[in-house]
Amino acid sequence: MSRNGPLALIFHIIFVIVMVAPILVVCLVAFTPEGFLSLPTNGFSLRWFRTIANYPEFIHAFWVSLGLGALSSFVALLFAVPAALAIARYRFRGRDALAALFLSPLMIPHVVLGIAFLRFFTSVGIGGSFAALIIAHVIIVFPFALRLTLAATTGMDRTVEMAAVSLGAGGWTLFRRVTLPLILPGVISGWALAFIQSFDDLTMTVFLAAPGTETLPVRMFLYIQDNIDPLVTSVSACVIAVTMTALILLDRFYGLDRVLAGKGDTGR
Amino acid sequence: MSMAAEERSARAPWALTAPALMLFVGVLLIPLAMTVMLSFHDWGQYKGIEPVFILKNWHEIATDPYYAEMFWRTFRIAILTTLLTALLGAPEAYILNRMSGRWKSFFLLVILGPLLISVVARTLGWALLFGGNNGLVNKLLMSLGVMRSPIPFMFTETGMVVALAHVMMPFMVLSVWAALQRLDPQIENAAMSLGAGPVTIIRRIIMPQIMPGVLSGAIIVFSLSASAFATPAIIGGRRLKVAATLAYDEFLNTLNWPLGAAVATLLLIALVLIVVGSNALIERRYAEVFR
Repeated sequence: MSRNGPLALIFHIIFVIVMVAPILVVCLVAFTPEGFLSLPTNGFSLRWFRTIANYPEFIHAFWVSLGLGALSSFVALLFAVPAALAIARYRFRGRDALAALFLSPLMIPHVVLGIAFLRFFTSVGIGGSFAALIIAHVIIVFPFALRLTLAATTGMDRTVEMAAVSLGAGGWTLFRRVTLPLILPGVISGWALAFIQSFDDLTMTVFLAAPGTETLPVRMFLYIQDNIDPLVTSVSACVIAVTMTALILLDRFYGLDRVLAGKGDTGR
Repeated sequence: MSMAAEERSARAPWALTAPALMLFVGVLLIPLAMTVMLSFHDWGQYKGIEPVFILKNWHEIATDPYYAEMFWRTFRIAILTTLLTALLGAPEAYILNRMSGRWKSFFLLVILGPLLISVVARTLGWALLFGGNNGLVNKLLMSLGVMRSPIPFMFTETGMVVALAHVMMPFMVLSVWAALQRLDPQIENAAMSLGAGPVTIIRRIIMPQIMPGVLSGAIIVFSLSASAFATPAIIGGRRLKVAATLAYDEFLNTLNWPLGAAVATLLLIALVLIVVGSNALIERRYAEVFR
């Protein structure tokens, strides 16, 4: 295979620096010892991380985000796993339309979803509640949960299942003891990717969150709208750390390139 | 297969998808329909929302030049962002693809990883880098001699495009990279052995083959940029409105929900038309690639 020339490598280095710079600068400023926005030129300090403790609304928002991400991704899988089994294994009328419907939250702008959910939840009387947030997040993370589960189901070796059937296993036992363990890596990765999507969503959630159910991105956004100070950089650094942990797990479990490239999109 | 078993296998996929289908109809399709309905309702400062059927909001959007300007700004920013990601992302994907195994997967992680990092955090990073006239970006550009006087990035469309291009870049790299995976490296070698220079190879061999990847990446980047909220809101501030931030204002500040719903509905319709239309064009133009 041919190698990259020096010009290509210079382009590549600048490209990577520009991609990393904004994330790096947030993490660096978070460690500043000064009382204002600055790069930590006079040594590193954790004072802005300690300051987070004085802002209970950030800590509360963090737990809301964590609970919301974990729960909505789990609920999404409860719906996505059976749907993935049906789409991967059966050829039935309306299959393509169903797959398109289930992936449609990817295509609909989140601002439109936020408005639609705000209108809907307000009119059924649960506007601003945690339950409403869960339902809305189940919808937006569903495509991610479905995709990875679908990829695992399509790639699964079915002879093991047939062997289990020939030994008398059926229905629930077959699913719980044979099918589920086989597709589990895909299911767990689907959960992790869904969690990240839920944990990071701002655009839709900003319409739905009320005081008390504000997620961390919403809290950060509202804070940034008023002023930008080192506090919000240290909170961002924590968010980046949580996402990085999930990313590394995802990479070990499944391979990040497979997750991001979305192989086996609709099982075709 | 017996009659009963056949019947069961015909019903099984519907039984398995029924819960998800009901969920989607109940809390996705119905709310979307309600939003479209809402855009035809009336609203007044003191009377609130009145469930009548009028074209007031649509008429206001169609006639008030404020909305035309706002939608034009939204799409102008999305187009420039798409061009920027294509011009930089496609060559980068090509370079990435020519790297050896370990470096390739390392840099792929570095470039695609930001996709999953909070948009608020990434945009905050740009706000810090831009930061007024003595921001890092301006200092760097001036010390490199690219320009003499600082240019404003915060609260400008330039800043929005730069930050949005950064947020959207992974989608473009990913899309072109996927197209490169289908490319046979031997064709490049064959062209070289026939005496083609690097420029000819890129123009005649590589470009035509990765074009579908660039175009499908462009569709994703365009539709996400046109409906972006966090980046325009933080970099653009309160005055430089795009469709998403305007809808947000109507819903949560002015409380004119019907007007906000009309803006959102129009954005959705425009995007669906553009995406479906350009998809059809690309598939016709590059039918052989998708076969």
